Amino acid sequence: MSTQPKVSVRNVAKIYDGTVVLERLDLDIAAGALCTIVGASGCGKSTFLRMLLSQEVPSRGEILIDGEKLPPEPTPDRGIVFQRYSVFPHLTVEENLMLSAEFDAAPLTGRLFGSKRAAARDAVTETLERIGLAQARKRYPTQLSGGMQQRLAIAQALLKKPKILLLDEPFGALDPGIRADMQELLIELWKELSMTIFMVTHDIHEAFKLGTRVLVFDKIRHDPDAPDRWGATITYDLPLDRAGVQTIPDAGALFALKNTTRGDVPHA
Amino acid sequence: MRLINRKPSRATAFFLGMAPFVAAIVAYAVASHYRRLDNPADKLLPSLPDMAAAFSRMAFTPDRRSGDLLLWMDTFDSLERLAAGMGVAVVLALSLGILIGFIPNARSSLAPFIATFSLIPPITILPILFIIFGLGELSKIMLIVVGTAPVMIRSVAQSVMEIPRELIIKAETLGASVWQMMVRVVLPQILPKLITAIRLGLVPAWIFLISAEAIASTSGLGYRIFLVRRYLAMDVILPYVVWITLLAFILDRLLLMASRRAFPWHHLQGESL
Repeated sequence: MSTQPKVSVRNVAKIYDGTVVLERLDLDIAAGALCTIVGASGCGKSTFLRMLLSQEVPSRGEILIDGEKLPPEPTPDRGIVFQRYSVFPHLTVEENLMLSAEFDAAPLTGRLFGSKRAAARDAVTETLERIGLAQARKRYPTQLSGGMQQRLAIAQALLKKPKILLLDEPFGALDPGIRADMQELLIELWKELSMTIFMVTHDIHEAFKLGTRVLVFDKIRHDPDAPDRWGATITYDLPLDRAGVQTIPDAGALFALKNTTRGDVPHA
Repeated sequence: MRLINRKPSRATAFFLGMAPFVAAIVAYAVASHYRRLDNPADKLLPSLPDMAAAFSRMAFTPDRRSGDLLLWMDTFDSLERLAAGMGVAVVLALSLGILIGFIPNARSSLAPFIATFSLIPPITILPILFIIFGLGELSKIMLIVVGTAPVMIRSVAQSVMEIPRELIIKAETLGASVWQMMVRVVLPQILPKLITAIRLGLVPAWIFLISAEAIASTSGLGYRIFLVRRYLAMDVILPYVVWITLLAFILDRLLLMASRRAFPWHHLQGESL
């Protein structure tokens, strides 16, 4: 690749108390990619995402963004949406969206008053309509459905215009119908804002439907006497051509393939 | 139908709730009646009308010596001490609790000390307080502070630590400073739990208030009941105990109502006692 990758992961491993969770992660992600991450539960996909967020630090190796090392703590250049607890329960819908503007404008109180507050409220109106929450702007998150809460969480994360958006099973708790709507919204926003997105999901269909690049995490080396000795790594790294989305491999076939290669030398 | 699935209607629930109170009053009235049959001058179980008369005398007849309405003066003095003590305890609980719960270095330095301090039986500090602060108001207020603050600090710190980490990280990615997170994320989230901590702290606060007043005071509800104890004046003591209980109950309900009104988002998540 001639252009610099947006994100470079260099030989990263994560070890907790002698248990190797992730190892030998090496990849470059181009700017504007929608990278979906799938794998069995406990295979470290969320750990990988937390390292991209600086919520956790790699035990070995390094992660670079635009060629520079990640800062040691979460910063506004990387937005995050969690499966749960992504929005502030003590703030109404519009207050949730105004919060980042208030952080910027009022270092001491973190709060805007009077005409400035009115201006901030007007500024989020367009966003509210875009995510279909204009009617619900005065409600608290607990009064919203799961889909509405996640729309709010995504909108809130995007207000800071992050270069990279991290999504940790954002639609995992949603009904299938709602989930399809949310996927469409995400694709629209991704095209519009040309961000780089990392999305962890346990739904392999979702991974292939949304991703321009699918990373499959799995534990390929097993030592029956020392189950903690080897960690998961990227076993498949599949770049998908958006135009060729129709040629999604059958998920069942993919997993069958994976089972036959289990224990072999990784090809990635 | 099984017993666990039978739910009382509103009216039934009310009568069921009232029944033990009525039973206690009736039992008292009967016992008092038979005692006074033996000895009409019995002081131990005065009749209900006698107690009502004594209570209204305390409330509405100025004291012969000082000219004060004793009940209201006692109530005012006691509530003033209670409010001052709880006020200081709340300020301490908020400031130290948030520091301990939110800043790992502050937690390492303060948490073991507070945990140790909270194990000191507060009443054993009372003589020390009397020696340092004298017998005036300050030592009584300090006793309430010493008795309630450590537990409230720990309870606030615990609430801060129970805030989902996701919310703090989200605030970081929205560009918040530590101070901004404290005032916009941590503080509002723990305020309803602070009210719960105050409601729980009021129970020991009353104990320490009455104790301090009983030992060294010239006014207050605790002073009064321990003063009239010398004359076996059960007709004053029993109504005072009921009055103190009523005050404590009203304070508790007011705090609950304030919490429901001020933090609707908290009470939407399920009912609490």
